Amino acid sequence: MWILRLNMSDLSYRLEEVPAKYQHLGGRGLTSTIVHDEVPPLCHPLGPNNKLVFAPGIVTGTPAPTSARVSVGAKSPLTGGIKESNAGSSWAQHVANMQIKAIVVEGQAKGYHLAHLTWDAASGKPKVEFMPANEYAGKDLYEVFPKLYAKFGDKVSIAGTGNAGEFGYGNSGIVFNDMAGRPSRYSGRGGMGAVMASRGLKFIIADPKGAPGVVIKDKALFDEGRKKLIDALRTHDITKPKGGLNTYGTAVLINIMNEAGGLPTRNFASGRFEGAAKIAGEAIFEGNKKRLGKELYNHACSPGCIIQCSNTWHKADGSEHVSCIEYESDWSLGANCGIDDLDDIGELVRLCNAYGLDTIEAGTTLAVAMEAGIIKFGDGKGAINLMHEMGKGTPLGRILGGGTAFAGKAFGLTRVPTVKGQSMPAYEPRAVKGIGITYATSTMGADHTSGYTIAPEILGVSGKVDPLSPEGKAALSRAFQATTAFIDSTGHCLFIAFAILDIASGFEGMMEECNGVLGTNWKSEDAAKLGAEILKKERAFNEAAGIGKEADRMPEFMKYEPLPPHNVVWDLPDSALDSVYGEL
Amino acid sequence: MRIHVRLFAGLNRYVTNKPSGIPFDAEIPEGATVEALIRHLGLPPDEVRIVFVNGRAQPLNFALADGDEVGIFPPIGGG
Ligand code: SF4
Repeated sequence: MWILRLNMSDLSYRLEEVPAKYQHLGGRGLTSTIVHDEVPPLCHPLGPNNKLVFAPGIVTGTPAPTSARVSVGAKSPLTGGIKESNAGSSWAQHVANMQIKAIVVEGQAKGYHLAHLTWDAASGKPKVEFMPANEYAGKDLYEVFPKLYAKFGDKVSIAGTGNAGEFGYGNSGIVFNDMAGRPSRYSGRGGMGAVMASRGLKFIIADPKGAPGVVIKDKALFDEGRKKLIDALRTHDITKPKGGLNTYGTAVLINIMNEAGGLPTRNFASGRFEGAAKIAGEAIFEGNKKRLGKELYNHACSPGCIIQCSNTWHKADGSEHVSCIEYESDWSLGANCGIDDLDDIGELVRLCNAYGLDTIEAGTTLAVAMEAGIIKFGDGKGAINLMHEMGKGTPLGRILGGGTAFAGKAFGLTRVPTVKGQSMPAYEPRAVKGIGITYATSTMGADHTSGYTIAPEILGVSGKVDPLSPEGKAALSRAFQATTAFIDSTGHCLFIAFAILDIASGFEGMMEECNGVLGTNWKSEDAAKLGAEILKKERAFNEAAGIGKEADRMPEFMKYEPLPPHNVVWDLPDSALDSVYGEL
Repeated sequence: MRIHVRLFAGLNRYVTNKPSGIPFDAEIPEGATVEALIRHLGLPPDEVRIVFVNGRAQPLNFALADGDEVGIFPPIGGG
């Protein structure tokens, strides 16, 4: 197994044997450790000393179900702290199959280049060729991807950055291909696209031809684990075929969050959106059915996923409009902007994909612009125009591209829903206290995936607790954050958690898969301990970057603006927030 | 008493002509519980996971009151 270093300053590469201390790491554990060990915490995120790290998970590339995930890490231009941003794509498998544990992008090139990564059978090693890529700069990714496939063949996979990254936006993701070659799978959060573009790296094209695959140390154990996990995913109501995720996609959450009074609406002014039913996962399913004349179930974003939660939205004439309208995107560009038209939301998602923007940060920034009176809440066409301004880099577009906190400051607003510079996603923390604790304390800035207490607080998964009560929520968030850091390292999609938190043998299966690949002897209860080690490194990086516990706070407006319909404020004491990491 | 009901994520298929998420009224006896409402609507009990009454999740034995708004969900997840 190798660490592949791309030196953009002189366009060279180096393969290093994986050092012993990194051998049991993968995904988030590995990106965060390399950033912690190698990136000066006080460096400028877009300057020469930042590094961009890609790492497939521990079991990525094996036949483990739902495991084609990649972590992308660096110092974030959005938060100023450490970042891990996760996506599902065949690219993750291709890189893992070339026995590459991590790609570390260093230095800065003049102009844009792409790296063509292939397997060199003669030497039995991966090989990299750099090529000029200026011709792809400043272009719509839907235009560029087909050109890359035409040049490098339709079996390759692509990681890249769009216009947003080139402009250096705090809101810029790294794009990966989905199974149909669309530029639609994103490591969206935290400005990783700008870190990539500022290295002078536009794309990494991975061609898996001849790649030997991932070494599995104990095949029997791995297979046993894999079978247990597959059984759990196939039987749990949320993850099974034609279950909730496969039928309605992640946007099925719109209605339940609305019902719970926790769907942030019109820039976090209310927890209920009167147009919720019109944009929910059910409406996407029914809308497609009407336009296509048949039921359409969701597809996998990446090879080997048996949950298959990714949807496709169709135009009135039945032709494809966009994939994928995720819950977060549907909410940020819909309810949070007061927009209740799925065609407008679909177009906004498509433009994020085209320009290389994070859908969450884009929607929360549009909502702040609406609050400032740049356009009106509910103005879908106006929102589409603003998205073009971002993609084209007009002066207003650049203010919006800076992200929600940046735009909120430019517009002189107080209702700016961010923590550590990153906007909150689709759950109102005043109405769901546990997720608020995660937003406030996560090493990533406001982030739902890093400690998804929504499972017990709203969905009745892994227990049932009252979302409005603060009782026990610091411990709950801590436990979720630690376990998640481990799952994000395995290479499994976090959505397996719905099944394995309820079905213990599924959790055991995940651990056995890892043990099979690595030759370790981890038990289920080790997951949280291993995750806590990762969190401690991330935390240490942030502290050295000047982001200490004083930054683990909610925006002040949430403490004095009661949120309808429950009319609740954020009322947890700071000591509860400090206990999350204080007692880790 | 009259309860305002909304069914989500496919549960509406058990009640004729009710689109997902659109409220309709159900007449049930005074003091009836969530469980009685589910039976009244003809929903298969094992498909019901979460029931909201006026925006708060409530157990099956929760006694309803006239005018309550009830939202009923099967097991769902996302993120
Ligand atoms: S569950 Fe959904 S997001 Fe996760 S890997 Fe499968 S299709 Fe992708």
